[in-house]
Amino acid sequence: MAEEVKVFRSWGSPFSYRVELALRLKGVAYEYIEEDLSNKSTLLLEYNPVHKKVPVLLHHGKPIAESLLILEYIEETWQENPILPKDPRERAVARFWCRFLDDKVSEMFALWMSCWTEGETQQNFMEQAKECLHLLEEELKGKKFFGGDSIGMVDIAASSIAHWLGVLEEVAGISLLDEEKYPNLCKWTEEFLKSDAVMECLPKRANLLALFQTRKQAISSVK
Amino acid sequence: MAEGENKGLVLLDFWVSPFGQRCRIALAEKGVEYEYREENLRDKSPLLLKSNPVHKKIPVLIDHGRPVCESLNIVQYIDEKWPDRAPLLPADSYARAQARFWADLVDKKMYESGTKLWKLKGEAQEEAKKEFIEILKLLEGELGDKKYFGGDTFGLVDIALVPFTAWFYSYEACANLSAEKEAPKLVPWVKRCRERESVSKSLPDPLKVYEFVCFLKKVYGIE
Repeated sequence: MAEEVKVFRSWGSPFSYRVELALRLKGVAYEYIEEDLSNKSTLLLEYNPVHKKVPVLLHHGKPIAESLLILEYIEETWQENPILPKDPRERAVARFWCRFLDDKVSEMFALWMSCWTEGETQQNFMEQAKECLHLLEEELKGKKFFGGDSIGMVDIAASSIAHWLGVLEEVAGISLLDEEKYPNLCKWTEEFLKSDAVMECLPKRANLLALFQTRKQAISSVK
Repeated sequence: MAEGENKGLVLLDFWVSPFGQRCRIALAEKGVEYEYREENLRDKSPLLLKSNPVHKKIPVLIDHGRPVCESLNIVQYIDEKWPDRAPLLPADSYARAQARFWADLVDKKMYESGTKLWKLKGEAQEEAKKEFIEILKLLEGELGDKKYFGGDTFGLVDIALVPFTAWFYSYEACANLSAEKEAPKLVPWVKRCRERESVSKSLPDPLKVYEFVCFLKKVYGIE
C-alpha cells in the first residue's frame, strides 16, 4: 500500500539529510521536493509558516517541521529498525544528545562558526568546538555507534560531523576532527559511512565543497 | 550511602526557574513522590555538577541515582515512565508531533525573549517587546478556542508554557508589556491551568518573581 510521504529538502542541508536517512533506514519510500532556499516555494511556506525552513515531512498531506521532531515522528510511525531505545531513561539520554547536536540551540554552533570566522573570533569558536567534540568523543566510549550496535537517532543527528565537517574544515583551512585527539569519533565516522542507507542520499562531497567555497568567497568579498 | 544515590526520585531545581516548574507540574500530575532540592546557582552542588556535567544546569531529575537532564526531556521521561495515568502527550503520533513542535517553540523563544524584556532598555527593549508580542500572538493563535493546547487534556505544551505566566507581572513592570492585553485568549487558559493543583502548587507568586528580577537587575547593574 503506497503511503504518501514527501520531504521538502535542500540537497546540501544536513538537517533535511537527517530525515531522508531515517526514512531510508526504515525502508520507507518517499518523494522529495527540492527547495531553493533563496526562493522558497509557496508550498513550503504554507506547510511551515512558523519557521519557514526545510526539512518538512508531509505524511498523508499533514506537515511536520523541525528535523529532530520529524525523526521522533518517523520512529513512532514506522517500527522497522528502531532508532530509539525502549527504556525511558535511555530514550531521555538519546534525546539529550540529539538536542546537543542541534546546532541551532547549542554550543555545537561553534563547529559551524569556526569555519566562517577569522582571527580571535575563530580561535574562540574553535576552542568551543573542540570542547563539543570532546564531549561526543567521551559519549562514544566503548560503542560502535551512539545508538549502540546500530545507527540510532543520535547518530542520525550527528551526520554533519561525519560528512559536512570535513568539507568545512577544508574550505576554512582548519583542522578540528583530529584523529589523535578524537579516535572514537573518527572510527565512528568510518563505520557510519559504511552504511548503505547513509551513502545513498549523502550529497556529493565535491558539490558541498563548491557550495561552501562560493559562500566563503562571498563573505570574504564583502570586507 | 553516597549523596543522591538510590534515593528514589530527586529533583535538583531552583525555585524561580520556569524549567524546573515544568518538572514539578509533571510529577504532580502523575502523583509521583519525589524529594525537591533547592540549588544555589552561584554555588552549584557537587551532585548537580556530576549529574549534568555537560551543561551544569537545573533542572535535573535523578531517578535512583541516574540523572535525566533538560526540562522537556524530563517531562517526556516522566510521561513514559508512568504511562498508566494522566497522559501528558496525546496518543496519536501526528498530534504528538504537533505537541512537541509547540513545546519546542516555547523552549526556543519564550525564555530568551522574555529575558530581553527586563535586561534591555530603550530601542533594544522596544525591539524585544515586538518580538515577544509576536510569540504571544502565535501561541494565542495555536490555542484558539481550545480548553488546553492539546484540546481537552492538559499536556506538554501547557506544561511548557504556563510557568512563564508567573513572569507576566514582571514583564509589565519592567517593559510596560501586558501579556493579557496583547494575547487576551490566553487569559482564560492561564486561569484554567492555575485551577489545577499541580500548577498552583508549582508556580511561584508573581510578586516574588518580580522581587527576584529586581534583584537580578541590581546584580547586572540595570536600572
